Amino acid sequence: MSRGLRLIPIILLLFVLSGLAWRLIKPADTAVPSQMVERPVPQFMLAAALADKPGLAAADLATGQPHLLNIFASWCVPCASEGKVLQELRRHGVTVDGIAVRDTPDALSAFLARNGDPYARIGADRQSDVQIALGSSGVPETFVVDGRGVIRRQYIGPLSNSNVPGVLQELEQLR
Amino acid sequence: MIAETGLAALWLAAGLAAYQFLLMILALRSSVGVARPMRAVAVIQGVLTLAAFAMLLLVFARSDMSVALVFENSNSAKPFIYKVAGAWGNHEGSMLMWVTILAIAGAFVALFSRRTGERTLVAALGSQAILALGFYAFLLIASNPFARLFPAPPDGQGLNPLLQDPGLAFHPPTLYLGYVGLSVAFSFAVGALLTGEVDARLARAMRPWVLGAWILLTLGITAGSYWAYYELGWGGYWFWDPVENASLMPWLAATALLHSINVLAARGALKAWTMMLAVIAFSMSMVGTFLVRSGILTSVHAFAIDPERGTFLLVLLAIYVGAAFILFAFRGANLKEGAPFELVSRESGLVVNNLLLSVILGIVFVGTLYPLFVEALSGEKLSVGAPYFNAVAGPLALLVALLVGIGPLLSWRRERRPVLGLLKVPALLGASALVMSIIAAPSIGILPRAGFAVAAFLLAASIMPLIARNPLRAPLATWGMVVAHFGIAIALAGMAANAAFSSERLAIAKPGEILSVGPWQVQLGGVTPTAGKNWTAIEAELRASRGEGIVTLTPETRYYSDPPTQTNESAIRTFWNGQLYTVIGNQDSSGAWQLRLWWKPFVTLIWAGGALIAIGGALALIGRLLLSLRGRRREPEWRRRYA
Repeated sequence: MSRGLRLIPIILLLFVLSGLAWRLIKPADTAVPSQMVERPVPQFMLAAALADKPGLAAADLATGQPHLLNIFASWCVPCASEGKVLQELRRHGVTVDGIAVRDTPDALSAFLARNGDPYARIGADRQSDVQIALGSSGVPETFVVDGRGVIRRQYIGPLSNSNVPGVLQELEQLR
Repeated sequence: MIAETGLAALWLAAGLAAYQFLLMILALRSSVGVARPMRAVAVIQGVLTLAAFAMLLLVFARSDMSVALVFENSNSAKPFIYKVAGAWGNHEGSMLMWVTILAIAGAFVALFSRRTGERTLVAALGSQAILALGFYAFLLIASNPFARLFPAPPDGQGLNPLLQDPGLAFHPPTLYLGYVGLSVAFSFAVGALLTGEVDARLARAMRPWVLGAWILLTLGITAGSYWAYYELGWGGYWFWDPVENASLMPWLAATALLHSINVLAARGALKAWTMMLAVIAFSMSMVGTFLVRSGILTSVHAFAIDPERGTFLLVLLAIYVGAAFILFAFRGANLKEGAPFELVSRESGLVVNNLLLSVILGIVFVGTLYPLFVEALSGEKLSVGAPYFNAVAGPLALLVALLVGIGPLLSWRRERRPVLGLLKVPALLGASALVMSIIAAPSIGILPRAGFAVAAFLLAASIMPLIARNPLRAPLATWGMVVAHFGIAIALAGMAANAAFSSERLAIAKPGEILSVGPWQVQLGGVTPTAGKNWTAIEAELRASRGEGIVTLTPETRYYSDPPTQTNESAIRTFWNGQLYTVIGNQDSSGAWQLRLWWKPFVTLIWAGGALIAIGGALALIGRLLLSLRGRRREPEWRRRYA
């Protein structure tokens, strides 16, 4: 065996190790880059999901102030745990609008009574039409929408407490 | 006090491991005989580590919440078996279990290994000591399992409910035993490279360890596959998940090693290659441990991401594997190869087997790490999934299975027996399976169709080594080989049937509604709440029939409180010709329930085949051990010449 051939395993090993080390230093980002990012929210108008709260339209998101748009449902278990995080964000002055997917008023009000209600407006998306138009594949998902109604970021899956500082900072920059 | 005793035992064991390593350096630099003290130190080190692990089991069994690890991973309301199993259902505990097995394996080598030369044994024990030392340091510095909490909290946080399953009690320990068993092969290889004594004696000393580790890996993978099948509720038996791949890669390397080591033991050939495989097999075990423990690849198994621990493990990996590769580069290349062989011979059959297995290993390795490298180099995110692995590794695996039927019929050195004659019946069976599948099921994919043909061929071909001679006089190891190869055929048939004929039904149903899946009519009876020791659940009653009486299945969705988690408990009913698999999901706004139903013909053959493969390995191991107990056979003339 020639000298060069002997060193091949070691070179391969170095290559693999450097890749693994790179990933350790720079952990994977759970935010998935969406095709919708940097595009305006598609036009939609949803009726109110609850009698005592206004519905939601695309125009309600382009108010000059950034919003969080949360896609959720009362039948979704992770959404229940996400409620606390959204309320924490609301306490910091964040406007959270909701789209309730395939839900009923009774189930929804029971869900909000149990898990808290962070929402300013809730639109009822009975057939998932708006959810699909937004490019959301499940619940819960959260969009960061800037004051002009342009989507800036999409979080797939429930937000956790560790996301709070990042979301707050992001919204601050959009103000 | 219990926790402190465990910690003290761990420190002492670490000290002894360092001493053991120093003894090796002394022995290699001079001609001082250190074998006896070395053996004693290795045994004491094993006993101390076992004591530390026993202390950990004790604090878990007693639910001592003042130990941080117990608080984080246990709960006084848990059933007793999961309290104990909780000891290794977490990072620190599982690493302690890993090092315990490592040290005990070292102790066993010290007690029982008499085959290799003394210098090689000393070098192997030294290598085992330095391996253990790294993991002791890891435990004591970065993941102390015995850390205390003050004041002690009243109750613990519980265990991930997915892990609250009888499978958890056995699956990780089995895989760990397999991983760590390969460490002995690694240490023997390093020892032999240091002393230059790479010969048939070394191969025979390594073989029981490789065989034992391989049996346990086979069992661990088979059991893990069944666990994922019934517990995750996705209806699949293999997902090409990074952590599944992490257990498959050492298995592939160990399978190749198992076969090449036979060439080394019987013929004194393939020296450098076998040493390389021994190093790679354990390296893959370490890569597997690293991938699981660092959590850097997204997976259902990714438990916790902790850069410090990941870094520590990566440094250990770099030191051990790097050192072994460098040693190989300087020593392995100078090995003199043993007895020559012709193109058509048992040896070349095993070389082809090794090449194909290594290529499959490469495919899985590249597929698992490819997303990481693409992102590192271009920033683009992608994932590699089942379509890649099935399309690339599938045909090669079929080719291996085909050759498995032929290789064992070849003679050592050069072909003398009428192999083609023996293969007539198997070839006929394979061809007729192919024709039948084309007539009976014209629309199935090419891989499952080829799978049926190869399985039918191998079912018959695998038993030919027994038919070609008097089966009762065949050594137990030959029986083991036949059973294991027969198991491959069985598992392959199950995989092909599952890929070709499974039917799936995903539906929304109201109580009373009837759904059909495969030959079955399934009626949703009712949905009722129920509760267990630490969970509440909704339970559906499904009545299924295919015209011959009714069977009832009760899938559940469980809600655990500590920590809050939801799991789907599938209900599975096994019949001789397949499994009916049912999962209940959520309720929609109209009061109807999501149901997933599968009819999976002959799917159980997959795990039955896996079990047969392991049983075959066990027969071979028992056969080899019995032979060695009966004393050495006379060394053949050629072996003395090439040893």
